[in-house]
Amino acid sequence: MTRSMLPALLTIVPFTAAVVAAVAAVTVPRAARGVAVLATGVVTVLAVWGLVRSLDEGPLVHPMGGWAAPLGIEYVLDPLAGFVAVLVGAIGFLVLVYPTRVGFGLEAERGVFLHALVLLLLGALLGVVVAGDLFNLFVSLEIYSIASYALIALGGPAAAVASYRYLLIGTVGSSLYLLGVGFVYFTTGTLGMDSVTPALAELTGSPTTAAATALIVIGLGTKMAIFPLHVWLPDAHSHAPPAVAALLASVQVKVAAYALIRILLDVFPPRYVVDDLPVLALLTWFGVAGVIVGSVSAIRQTDLKRMLAHSTVAQLGYIAIGIGLATPLALVGALLHVVNHAAMKACLFFVAGAVIEQARTKKIADFAGLGRLMPWTMVAFTVAAVSMVGLPPTAGFFSKWYLVSGAVGTDRWLVAVVIVASSVLTLIYFLRILESIWFRSRDADHEPVTEARPAILLPIGVLAVAVLVLGVFNVVMVDEVLSPVADRLLP
Amino acid sequence: MLELLADRYVYLFVVALLSLGLFTLLTERHLVKKLVGLVLFQTAVFIFFIEGSVREDGDVPVIDPAVGPDPDAYVNPLPHLLILTALVVGVAVIGVALSLIVTIKHAYGTLDDAELSASEADR
Repeated sequence: MTRSMLPALLTIVPFTAAVVAAVAAVTVPRAARGVAVLATGVVTVLAVWGLVRSLDEGPLVHPMGGWAAPLGIEYVLDPLAGFVAVLVGAIGFLVLVYPTRVGFGLEAERGVFLHALVLLLLGALLGVVVAGDLFNLFVSLEIYSIASYALIALGGPAAAVASYRYLLIGTVGSSLYLLGVGFVYFTTGTLGMDSVTPALAELTGSPTTAAATALIVIGLGTKMAIFPLHVWLPDAHSHAPPAVAALLASVQVKVAAYALIRILLDVFPPRYVVDDLPVLALLTWFGVAGVIVGSVSAIRQTDLKRMLAHSTVAQLGYIAIGIGLATPLALVGALLHVVNHAAMKACLFFVAGAVIEQARTKKIADFAGLGRLMPWTMVAFTVAAVSMVGLPPTAGFFSKWYLVSGAVGTDRWLVAVVIVASSVLTLIYFLRILESIWFRSRDADHEPVTEARPAILLPIGVLAVAVLVLGVFNVVMVDEVLSPVADRLLP
Repeated sequence: MLELLADRYVYLFVVALLSLGLFTLLTERHLVKKLVGLVLFQTAVFIFFIEGSVREDGDVPVIDPAVGPDPDAYVNPLPHLLILTALVVGVAVIGVALSLIVTIKHAYGTLDDAELSASEADR
């Protein structure tokens, strides 16, 4: 354990930048985006540095104001937190690099606090990641939710309704989490993640602990949109502007998944949840249900963004399965899928934004012949789609591979069959788009469509390349970061 | 049973308030009434924390020479602090919710959940 400023800087930088960006929005609106891009760039570099250092030296700890753990608030950056922090920083950076008007549907004008909101969201997500106690995790959870509600509402009146419904469900979720934390606090007398573990170990089998676990899992499951608590997600993600949808699907729900991993497999005593409670088995089967329901609903959609939103439900199901199986192999699969799905879903939402900008359509039926008119965008779309289906050598194949191995390793053959079969469902909903993009010609009466400009193509291209790189070099990431993390959590 | 009522009546009250809040949230069609349900639900959680901080004959949590330095002689101040923070967060959520309600009312002219679903299906 090393004392370091790094964990604190991960939240201080975006929150400070959010204030600067808010001031810029009323004085020099053009500067706001620069501030945001710079801050997220700095955060990404700091997160990478923190990850490397925590792998070398063990967890980096920052006691706030110099007060150490039982009395003060601690921020902790271990390799698991570092891994998620790098993802949040990198996706946040790309979302801000993506042209503002295409991504968010409005210009950075005077009085538009868009960039401040994005920075607030990213800072709070990082706050969840580095939180060293259960209550700070709750506060960060609420801050990122508030920023999300506001960002979703940028998508117009229908988005405001979706955002309001998300707010109602999301707030109930976080209140349930808080109630569970209350149970933990009143039985153990502490909130620090380090000190809760030994205190709970003495209370194994107590109904209070079981109730606390149930409340916390339901609360975080709502935030993570695990079936059947996913009902808010399709509307919220499909009505949100493309860049916001990318941010929410790629990192926002993943941070809730991180919180679930952290609490179930790290904070709760080792083997307690695994052996004593059926929570993990339930998580697995609800994950399986989410995979099926999400995939089948995605097939029925006629609107690209809506289809992507339903497919997010299915992909989160995979992550829930990985957590629920609770073997090192399956957890590696879940964590790998967190980053892989982030890259491909952000890429797909960026492509959706580019198509809305260039061809003024969201309807899948209007995608006919776009392959010849927007070749680069559509090549990126194809790479990401192939990865969603899970064909080698793209990233999606490898995370599913680890998940299937994990399921087979615990003799859950039905889970393995569902994971493989859902690839076929994913193939169905992407194949019809790919077929119409590449093999159909465009109706003559449509207005002409041109390739997106380089500023739009750049983040799309980076993510498409990332999907391939993450696939080909996944062994490096698994060996260096994920396997040690999974082995430590599930010895 | 009577003992439970006498000792733990606050917890029963909390459970009642939680259920009432959730019931209102799920069954009311009007968006503002749903928000009222949500606030009830949150408030129940806050009361749960405050009740947990109570100590029999506990003093105000500021060290008093007459009471001495024994922490058990004072009520536990930590839950109060947690709930102060949670209240601030809760106020922000209500603020966002109310501003969304204004936006929805301007755009659709109604705050009825069923009518909103119907007008979305039309588009």
